[in-house]
Amino acid sequence: MCLGIPGEVVEILDHDHLARVEVAGVRRTVNIGLVADEGVHPGDWVLLHVGFAMAVIDEEEAQLALASLQMMGQAYSDEVDAVRSSPVEGGFGPPNLVGGD
Amino acid sequence: MRFVDEYRDPAAARALVARITDMAGDDHLKFMEVCGGHTHTIYRHGIEHVLPANVELVHGPGCPVCVIPMGRVDDAIAVASTPGVIFTSFGDMMRVPGGDGNLLEAKARGADVRFVYSPLDALRIALDHPEREVVFFAVGFETTAPSTALTLLRARAQGVTNFSVFCNHVTIVPPIKAILDSPDLRLDGFLGPGHVSTVVGNRPYRFVPEQYGKPLVTAGFEPLDILAAIAMLLDQLRQGRCEVENQYSRVVRDEGNPRALAVLAEVFELRPHFEWRGLGFISQSALRLRPEFAPWDAELRYEVPGVRVADPKACQCGEVLKGVIKPWECKVFGTACTPATPIGTCMVSSEGACAAYYNFGRLHREVSVALSR
Repeated sequence: MCLGIPGEVVEILDHDHLARVEVAGVRRTVNIGLVADEGVHPGDWVLLHVGFAMAVIDEEEAQLALASLQMMGQAYSDEVDAVRSSPVEGGFGPPNLVGGD
Repeated sequence: MRFVDEYRDPAAARALVARITDMAGDDHLKFMEVCGGHTHTIYRHGIEHVLPANVELVHGPGCPVCVIPMGRVDDAIAVASTPGVIFTSFGDMMRVPGGDGNLLEAKARGADVRFVYSPLDALRIALDHPEREVVFFAVGFETTAPSTALTLLRARAQGVTNFSVFCNHVTIVPPIKAILDSPDLRLDGFLGPGHVSTVVGNRPYRFVPEQYGKPLVTAGFEPLDILAAIAMLLDQLRQGRCEVENQYSRVVRDEGNPRALAVLAEVFELRPHFEWRGLGFISQSALRLRPEFAPWDAELRYEVPGVRVADPKACQCGEVLKGVIKPWECKVFGTACTPATPIGTCMVSSEGACAAYYNFGRLHREVSVALSR
């Protein structure tokens, strides 16, 4: 739960601060509202915590984080299983969560 | 993996260790790493064994699973056992023992306990089951609290009434202060947490140098990050400086994540006090829902016993969390208490000092003992 997992932004969705992100080999919809000020684009990397992007990182940091996570063994595979089992796929629709824009 | 090699380069590590050894001289120095992720890196890579013997790393209370007291687990089980409730939790919390078993055992007794990856998953379950009451067991420092806050804002915006949060979010600064105030431990500086600082930034740590005269360096999670941060702490000590520095500037900004801080302030307020395993009650150290969010506050909606439960006598998690003893110094470490059958929280979470040491550290220790013979 405390692990930050890097994901690569594949597509910015039109509404509600959502983006398609490739994380741990699967594409998921995640909330990027908390990093919206940074102007996130496809190809950028974000650090995900429990389904939310908490920071924008560069590719170097993403690779470092992934390598560290893989060395954690069971803890990482549990987290990846958790990401994969997560049913959240956007689909909640509006309203806008983080307000203002 | 070009970047990774750069951060695990043995020559660079040796150079840093030589610098640390040189600067440390003959002084016995103790630095605390606050974050469970750092503890993990230190044991995983055997960092404590490459450092000179007089530079000691002590592990702090930065694993949010480890610091939840047994009474709160019992409260969670009480809510989970309420008829009609679907109780949702991160996987890490499922095996944390309370006074009366853990959530998995409550599930075996018939409670509807489900594990979720994200608080949004819990909200999704509530939307899918309008006839049931869904409760989310919220734990974590400022790294996960913004996610709970956004989920609550969504629940309110969508008028979801069958969803509530059992809030156990804690904040990072008060336990650091409690440790600095504790007479048990003399520290020479801190490795500041990595992920939490992406949210809160570096500013909240300024009291550490300003009021307590100890340096703090926010550090990344690679072995070279840890060594570089230790060297930065020593630089400060040797140059007579004392300040907050950021070794992990490739991710952490001084101001943190302003949007995340804004949603935290909108949804949560500080509790007057909260019990931490091992550290006791610490004032203004945890978050609860603001009165506007009362309809979504599980503590108001359910009968929560709120009984304080003392830790088992044999368990020394409290002393481990304060850095007073090392995991292997606990009486039950590796015998009665293992990751498969944990007695204390530090053995449950992969970021707990005991589990990290059990899984990785003891092997390094055995090797280094063998080499020193």
